[in-house]
Amino acid sequence: MEETLKIIVLVKHVPDAQFDRHLTGEGNTTDRSESILSELDEYALEAALQLIEARGGEAAGNKVIALSMGPAGAVNAVKKSLQIGASEGVHLSDDALAGSDAAATSLALAAAIRHLGADIPADLILTGMASTDGETSLVPAQLAERLDLPQVTFAASLELDGAKLTARRDGDLHADTIEATLPALVSVTDQINDPRYPNFKGIMAAKKKTITTLTLADIGVDPAHVGRSGSWTAVDSAEARPARTAGTIITDEGDAGIKLVDFLAAQKLL
Amino acid sequence: MAKVLVFIDNPGQALKKASLELLTIARSLGEPAVAFNGELHDDVAATLAAYGVQTLYRPSAADLDDYLVGPKASYLAAAVQTAEATVVLTENSTEAKETAARLGIKLGAGVITDVVAVDPDGTAHKSVLAGSYLTTARATTPVAVLTVKSNSVTPEPAVTGTAPATVTVAVPETATAASARITARSDKAASGRPDLAEARIVVAGGRGVDGNFGPVEDLADALGAAIGASRAATDAGWIGHDAQIGQTGKTVSPQLYISAGISGAIQQKSGMQTAKVIVAVNKDAESPVFEIADFGIVGDLFQVLPQATEEIKKRRG
Ligand SMILES: Cc1cc2nc3c(=O)[nH]c(=O)nc-3n(C[C@H](O)[C@H](O)[C@H](O)COP(=O)(O)OP(=O)(O)OC[C@H]3O[C@@H](n4cnc5c(N)ncnc54)[C@H](O)[C@@H]3O)c2cc1C
Ligand SMILES: Nc1ncnc2c1ncn2[C@@H]1O[C@H](COP(=O)(O)O)[C@@H](O)[C@H]1O
Repeated sequence: MEETLKIIVLVKHVPDAQFDRHLTGEGNTTDRSESILSELDEYALEAALQLIEARGGEAAGNKVIALSMGPAGAVNAVKKSLQIGASEGVHLSDDALAGSDAAATSLALAAAIRHLGADIPADLILTGMASTDGETSLVPAQLAERLDLPQVTFAASLELDGAKLTARRDGDLHADTIEATLPALVSVTDQINDPRYPNFKGIMAAKKKTITTLTLADIGVDPAHVGRSGSWTAVDSAEARPARTAGTIITDEGDAGIKLVDFLAAQKLL
Repeated sequence: MAKVLVFIDNPGQALKKASLELLTIARSLGEPAVAFNGELHDDVAATLAAYGVQTLYRPSAADLDDYLVGPKASYLAAAVQTAEATVVLTENSTEAKETAARLGIKLGAGVITDVVAVDPDGTAHKSVLAGSYLTTARATTPVAVLTVKSNSVTPEPAVTGTAPATVTVAVPETATAASARITARSDKAASGRPDLAEARIVVAGGRGVDGNFGPVEDLADALGAAIGASRAATDAGWIGHDAQIGQTGKTVSPQLYISAGISGAIQQKSGMQTAKVIVAVNKDAESPVFEIADFGIVGDLFQVLPQATEEIKKRRG
C-alpha cells in the first residue's frame, strides 16, 4: 500500500436532540429544520484527522473527505466538518432521496463512495456508531456488505500499522480485538477519542475548501431504488408519546429513604 | 403458513429469556424454525422442541465466531433460503442488529430494529427519537428481518412440543473472504445480578457516587435490580462500560428506574425515559432529571439510598 491515506468520513445532518424532535408528512419522516452535524460522527471525523496527522497530514498527501447525504441543509454538516479539519466535502443531494430507509441510504452512499473512489481510491471509510436520529446502526454494516469491505464496527480504539488495522470492540459478554487489512469500513464509538472543536483558523480555512455536490444521476443510481418508494421498509403510523412530566418532588428532611420505600410500596414495586 | 426463522447465536448451556421470547413471537407469526451457531446442548435442544420448533439449522463451518458479523450473515442468508422463511427474527444486541443489516442486503429484505411487538400480519411496533414517538412499520419486501428487544412478550412453550430435525446449511466458501478477524477475546465476568437489558428494576449511579457504587449496589441487591450508570461514571472507570445507560450505552425500559447522582443530560435520558416509573435522587433541585421523575428526592444519595435499603430489608423481615 502507498504511504498516504485517503479517508472518507460519513457525516449525517440530524435534528438537534436538545430540542423536541418530530416526525412529519405522509411517510412519517424526520423533520430536519433544527439540524446539526450528528455528534456521534464527530468521533469518526476526529479519528480520521488523527490518523492522517500521524502521517504528516495533508501536506504529505493525505486526505479526509467528509460525505453527507441529505437535503439542502445537510451541506451544513459538510461545512462544519471542513471547519473541524476535513480536507474537502461532498454533499449527495437529490429530491428523490427523501424518506430513504437504511437500505436505500446505504445503496446511495455506496454508489457515492464508488464514484469518489474512481479518482481517490479510499483506504478507509469511517462512520459514527449510529445516527442520533435513526439510531439503527444499520448503515455501516450495510455499507460493508455492499462495498464488500471488511467490517470493523463499534471500534473503541483504532490503530493502523501500514495496511493492518487493529481495533478494540467492547461487547456485553466479551471485549474483542479485531484485525483487518485496508481498505476497510470502520465505525467508531464515543469511547475512541475527544473530538476537537472548530477554531478560528479552521473556520477561516474552511472557506477556501471545496464542496462538491452530487446528484443521483452523477453517481448512476436509479431514483426508483431510493427514497420512500425505493425503501424496503415503510413507516405506517407514528404517534407522539406524551412528554413525561414531573411528579412529586420532595426535599430530604432525614426520612426521604423511608418515603422512597413508601412510594415504591404504593406503586406495588417492592 | 409463513415460515419464521429465529437466529440464535451461540445458545450456550440454556436459552436466554430473550431467545424464548423470539420463539414465542415466531409461533404467533407462523411455523418456527431456528438457525443457530455454535454448540447445541441437550437442554437447549429440549427447550427448542418444547417451544414448537420444526427444524434446526446449523452452519457447515465451525469458525464463524472468529470473524465479525459478515460470515454469520452469509450463513443466515443460506439458512433463510433453505428454510424458505419469509420472516427472520433476531435479538436486538449490537451484533445481532449488524447481522440483520447485512442479511437484509443479501436477501433484498427490509430490516426493522428495536421492535417491541409484532402483529400477526408482520406489522412491527417500535419507539423512535429516544422514545418520543411510537411507530408501526413493516417491510415491503418478500422477506422481513426484525430485531426484537427483550421483555417484549412473556415466553410460552408450545401446547404440543415437536421433535425438530437438524439440517446443516452450507456456508459459502467466500463468506470469510473480506471479513475482519477477531484475534483475541476476553470474556467479562458475570455479575450475578439481572441482565441490564432485561431487568424489571434498574438502579443507576452517576458522577454523584464519586467513585463509590456501594450504596447503589446495596439498594440494587435489596430490590433484585440490575445496576446502570451514566457515562460520567463509566468514563471515570468506576464501573464497566457495559453498565452505561443512554444514547451510546444501553436503552432500558424497566418497570422502575432509580437514578442516583445523575443530572439527567439528554444523552442519559434517551436511554431510560421509557421506564414505567422513574425515581431520582439528586442534591441539586435544578437537575433536569427532576423534570421526568415520578418521584424525586432532593437529597444526598449517601443518606437516602442506605436508608431506603435498610427500610426495604426491615419491611421484608
Ligand atoms: C456523544 C455523546 C454521547 C453521550 N452518551 C451518553 C450516554 O449514553 N449516557 C450518559 O449517561 N451520558 C452520555 N453522555 C454524557 C452526558 O452528556 C452527560 O455528560 C452525562 O450523562 C453526565 O453524567 P452524570 O449525570 O453522572 O454527571 P453530572 O452531569 O456531573 O451530574 C452529576 C449529578 O450528581 C449530583 N450529585 C453530586 N453529588 C451527589 C450526592 N452526594 N447525592 C446526590 N446527588 C449528587 C449533582 O447534583 C449532579 O446533578 C454523552 C455525551 C456525548 C457528547
Ligand atoms: N445520510 C447520511 N449521510 C452520511 N452518513 C450517514 C447517513 N446516514 C447514516 N450515515 C452514517 O452511518 C452511521 C450510522 O447511521 P445509522 O445506521 O443511521 O444509525 C452514521 O453515524 C453516519 O456516519
